[in-house]
Amino acid sequence: MNEDIRLMKGNEAIAHAAIRYGVDGYFGYPITPQSEILETLEALMPWETTGMVVLQAESETASINMVYGGAATGKAVMTSSSSPGVSLMQEGISYLAASELPALIVNVMRGGPGLGTIHPSQSDYFQTTKGGGHGDYRLIVLAPSSVQEMADFVSLGFDLAFKYRNPAMILADGVIGQMMEKVVLPEQRPRRTAEEIRKQCPWALTGKTPDRKRNVVTSLELDSAIMEKNNERFQRTYKEIEANEVRYQEYQTEDADYLIVAFGSMARICLKAVEEARKVGVKIGLLRPITLWPFPYEAINNIAKGMKGILVAELNAGQMIEDVRLAVHDNVPVEHFGRMGGIVPNPTEILMSFTNKFGVKF
Amino acid sequence: MELNQIINPANKVYSRPALLSENTMHYCPGCSHGVVHKIIAELIDEMGQQENTIGVAPVGCAVFAYNYIDVDWVEAAHGRAPALATAVKRLNPEKLVFTYQGDGDISAIGTAETIHAANRGENIAIIFINNGIYGMTGGQMAPTTLEGQKTATTPYGRRVDLNGYPLAISTLLAQLDGTCYVTRQAVHTAAAARKAKSAIKKAFQNALAGRGTSVVEIVGTCSSGWKLSPRASNAWMEENMFEKYPLGDLKNADVEK
Amino acid sequence: MLKNKEIKMKEEIVIAGFGGQGVLSMGKILAYAALMNDLEVTWMPSYGPEQRGGTANVTVILSDEAISSPIVDSYDTAVILNQQSLDKFESHINPGGTLIYDPYGIHRKPTRTDIKIVAVNAMDATIELGNAKGYNMILLGALLKLKRVVSLDDVLRGLKKALPERHHHLIPANEAAILKGMSLV
Repeated sequence: MNEDIRLMKGNEAIAHAAIRYGVDGYFGYPITPQSEILETLEALMPWETTGMVVLQAESETASINMVYGGAATGKAVMTSSSSPGVSLMQEGISYLAASELPALIVNVMRGGPGLGTIHPSQSDYFQTTKGGGHGDYRLIVLAPSSVQEMADFVSLGFDLAFKYRNPAMILADGVIGQMMEKVVLPEQRPRRTAEEIRKQCPWALTGKTPDRKRNVVTSLELDSAIMEKNNERFQRTYKEIEANEVRYQEYQTEDADYLIVAFGSMARICLKAVEEARKVGVKIGLLRPITLWPFPYEAINNIAKGMKGILVAELNAGQMIEDVRLAVHDNVPVEHFGRMGGIVPNPTEILMSFTNKFGVKF
Repeated sequence: MELNQIINPANKVYSRPALLSENTMHYCPGCSHGVVHKIIAELIDEMGQQENTIGVAPVGCAVFAYNYIDVDWVEAAHGRAPALATAVKRLNPEKLVFTYQGDGDISAIGTAETIHAANRGENIAIIFINNGIYGMTGGQMAPTTLEGQKTATTPYGRRVDLNGYPLAISTLLAQLDGTCYVTRQAVHTAAAARKAKSAIKKAFQNALAGRGTSVVEIVGTCSSGWKLSPRASNAWMEENMFEKYPLGDLKNADVEK
Repeated sequence: MLKNKEIKMKEEIVIAGFGGQGVLSMGKILAYAALMNDLEVTWMPSYGPEQRGGTANVTVILSDEAISSPIVDSYDTAVILNQQSLDKFESHINPGGTLIYDPYGIHRKPTRTDIKIVAVNAMDATIELGNAKGYNMILLGALLKLKRVVSLDDVLRGLKKALPERHHHLIPANEAAILKGMSLV
């Protein structure tokens, strides 16, 4: 057995991966189903090894603002929460985006609205991809569908966040957070030195030296003409991200008559449905968006050409389906399958949905 | 005597602090913010901390503090300055980290962040300007507005049965184990300003030495909000504000130990 | 059915009972044993307040190929420890599958005729062993004997990996409970 392979929950994988990435600080508040992230970090005591700061804050509001403060100094900082807590963070997320700060936020979604349930859901898709806070901003959104991706997307999320100076979110759900799978953790990287931060983040608050003007990290600009220019700059960044960072995965789409589009845990369940359908000769393929923003509009449009129908399967009442419909411009019938309130469907329900929506016989 | 004989470096007895920028301040005549900014700029310079300081600006009248004092700054969301400062200091433990907050910021919307940062004993200095009113938004009631005081949202005077009591947040913060130094000062006279300066210096020293959270409350005036002349504002402050918010140290761990 | 490159294997197992009976940790040990045997594995618990006395269940899937869904609606094997779980899962066992249950507290016995049903008096055996914490290991022993998805050796190595060093002294007691469970079927 490969000694590097471990068995752990998605939440635990996030914690381990954060330490190994060389994250400088984690600030969070407990909420089911993601509390293992903070618990694991506290148990691993990374302040003794890498020097990473771990702090249980007094609220999600405080957590995200600690992230804001830390990010302003050029440090790699992150927080995690679940849906109700992430709602509370929206103010801070908007400020992070407006101040062009890199940071990583993890949302292990549970069913809402309101306090809702602690069980898995994907009903924060709109909030995450369309901007849950105020103003014209975008989050880079990564949707892991395995424990391995929970670990991998910590690095990817930070790399993208720093590359574009924009906050990134890992949008997982209770299934991915709570399930255990095999995972290979990344190599331990050193935390960046103060010198590296000065070099890589000339905008960061590192102390005003005679060779530069004071750095001010702010989202405030009362001169509307300048504020519009700021917005135009944000939009240029978003265009660049849309052009370069779309990620998705295809499974057996080449010969498929029907396509399922699903992300996160639903993509896993749908993959099993694809396997079962193909056993009885029904050719279904699966497209799994990995980045929910930027969304793979073009890929879906190209892949779905000539297909008989698309089923968008989500743990919500129908959110990503709007993007899939935008992608295919009404050229292919698009139907939705969803469960809500924390109910996770099984693969058979997906197949039954094909019968109900498209008259497919199995 | 000719003017250029008077304007002569040899005659110079006072100059703008090196770290106070030449930007025209947006504060109203008679406002206390300008004096406190000057004190902070002087101290950072005198303590040789310019390259080592990170300020956290609030939402309120001092929202543009970063335009005036020549150090690195981050502008917080309303009330969140102590949360930002917590992370800035923990991730950069060698830095001098201070927040600059008004009464709404520290004791209304940001009460939780303030109390918890102070209770954790974060090694930061909190500079708190208490003028009993919301200046920036046009003179509405603050948590610290006095009973009977007229504001835009208490046009007939603050009534405790409707609006609750004036909140002495510093008195509360002094009760917390995490604070090492809590003091209430003013800047309405030269003598008061000198005392305020030594208080802020002590707070900065505490923050650098890792002694816990220091809070320096400056009871200040808001001529525009109070609708009084600067001179009358000082008199009104001495007569009314100092009764509810008496000046002096509320906690000084050095002395107590 | 020990891993053999020639034979494809996949086993979908549900373990269900009351919170506190060791349902999740039994699944975890099984999952670690699979890890030691180089199998793919998913462990998907019900989570939340169930952990504190309500019903709890965990789905463990072992396979020598990548596992698609960690959530399935029918199982090759069910290990059932209370009546509610029996009522919930009996109809979800694949024809030809296996149902292992502890008859203690079961008033409505399973009725399927197209599956293998094995009653394991684990509660009695636990009392006999005098190790209250061995209950779930007795059932795991029964499962290992009946299904051979992983070996006892894999389980013991898995326990070593799963448990912190300070708990390694508990491994012999666990082994004894597993052996006891094996002897019951």
